[in-house]
Amino acid sequence: MDSRKWRLFYFGPMDRTPVIVGVGLSEYPKAPDLDAVQHHSLAMQRALADCGIPKREIDGYICAGGSGGMMVDDAVTMSEYLRIDHRYVDSTMTGGSSFEFHVQHGAAAIRDGACDTILVTYGSDQLSRMGRMLGTGGFQRGGSRVAGPMQYEAPYGNSLVGAYAMAARRHMHEFGTTSEQLAEIAVGVREFATLNPKAIYRDPITVDDVVNSRMIADPLHKLDCCAITDGGGAFIMTTAERARDLAQPPVYVLGAAGAQTHWNISQMPDYTTTAGAKAGPEAFARAGLTPDDVDMIMFYDSFTITVLLLLESVGFCKRGEGGPFVAEGHLKRGGKLPLNTDGGGLSSCHPGMRGIFLIIEAVRQLRGQAGEVQVPDCNVALAAGSGGWLSAIGVAILGKEHP
Amino acid sequence: MTSTEVVRGEEWLRPKPAKDPVSTPYWEAAARGELLIQHCPSCGNRQWYPRAVCTACGESPEWEQASGRGTVHTFTIIRQNYAKPFRDLLPYVVAMIELEEGPMVMGNVTDIEADDVQIGMPVEVYMVEAEEGLGVPFWRPAKS
Repeated sequence: MDSRKWRLFYFGPMDRTPVIVGVGLSEYPKAPDLDAVQHHSLAMQRALADCGIPKREIDGYICAGGSGGMMVDDAVTMSEYLRIDHRYVDSTMTGGSSFEFHVQHGAAAIRDGACDTILVTYGSDQLSRMGRMLGTGGFQRGGSRVAGPMQYEAPYGNSLVGAYAMAARRHMHEFGTTSEQLAEIAVGVREFATLNPKAIYRDPITVDDVVNSRMIADPLHKLDCCAITDGGGAFIMTTAERARDLAQPPVYVLGAAGAQTHWNISQMPDYTTTAGAKAGPEAFARAGLTPDDVDMIMFYDSFTITVLLLLESVGFCKRGEGGPFVAEGHLKRGGKLPLNTDGGGLSSCHPGMRGIFLIIEAVRQLRGQAGEVQVPDCNVALAAGSGGWLSAIGVAILGKEHP
Repeated sequence: MTSTEVVRGEEWLRPKPAKDPVSTPYWEAAARGELLIQHCPSCGNRQWYPRAVCTACGESPEWEQASGRGTVHTFTIIRQNYAKPFRDLLPYVVAMIELEEGPMVMGNVTDIEADDVQIGMPVEVYMVEAEEGLGVPFWRPAKS
């Protein structure tokens, strides 16, 4: 037992409010010299350096894995590779939203005392390894045998984009949402990307550019779809007590929740809403906040429709009103609810499971370290991840002030 | 209940379902021209795809032959897919079909221009034999 623990033992309970203290990114959008495991490793090094916590102090590890390809990057393998001496491990894998679930789980573990300091890592070399065919070439090919629930979908040749397109089509049918309204999301996120020197797409775009770009799967155009990049990230969670003498100010986990309605797209119970309708209100209740208290949002923007459905289901506008809400410009630079200030998955960085970048950019904003894209007076940020095909939604509300 | 058309003898280039103990009756029935769904004798829930349990109450469901009629609940027109054989079939329609009995099933809507497909459109099932004892449901505009 180290001296800090003896101190706790003798001096009673400490402030176990969960905080995020260190964040790190590996390299993006293209890093041909890094494989997935190196992305994990580099991100960890940078997150440790960011907050000044020594590696030996990490006693919890959370890793979704999922980089795909030949690399094995699941929690147990990465725990060995990084040699994490953990007494708490979590391998929750809900696709791109895994990291919002990780915040929920990590916060509970820290509060509970299961561990004191948790490392979360992610890495993917998807662009360098696979190229850009994932969205429309990554599903099963002819000649294969498909087992499990996907056997009922594979014969029909749906694509990743097509799955989201079915949700967009239904939303348009029920609520009159237009392609132009969806395009506003891509335009706003692109404006932030123009200010991020690392973003994969940095030229400004207009609504016309989006709706005139090639149709990939009706009604989603090329510019309704996220980029495909390499990238990795890591963050470190600990107690508010431990955070008192670190290099960076803590960012507090005010409330986090997750829920799931389905996994495969054919099983989505309602194509116009998501499990955010459960996770959003629960995260707000835990934080004791309402959507009006949120200063900026980091939303999973695999596709423009993903953002629209999250806005409605998490609670920033009424069901069916996402289109007009977006068209009013709230999500853009200078708006009342800026979205994805790093340039998002649509224009900056989307290595396959983007959820960790939502947390990292939210932390950067809450610390006041976002430079040119800094949201003024940013006290509360909300990250909403969508995993699978609008399937598993994780919501994390983070704040600058101690709750 | 009349059996639906089964198209036989065409070369099947698409991915094939890997039959398992639960799915085997479904694919075999389709090869005979029957679309099966599951019905729970305990709670009345109907479901697709087939499972070992009722998703509503957890009991064991029974097979039920569906009418093979439904409407398009939502759909997309796939215009880009690099995977064989789909890249040679573009553009094509992937849809969720709301069955008369309630559950939704995924399928392709064929025998119509992709741009003419609409939500709410009545469709009916037909089967294509992928191999002996393995039929796959497809959908086309309802005749009546």
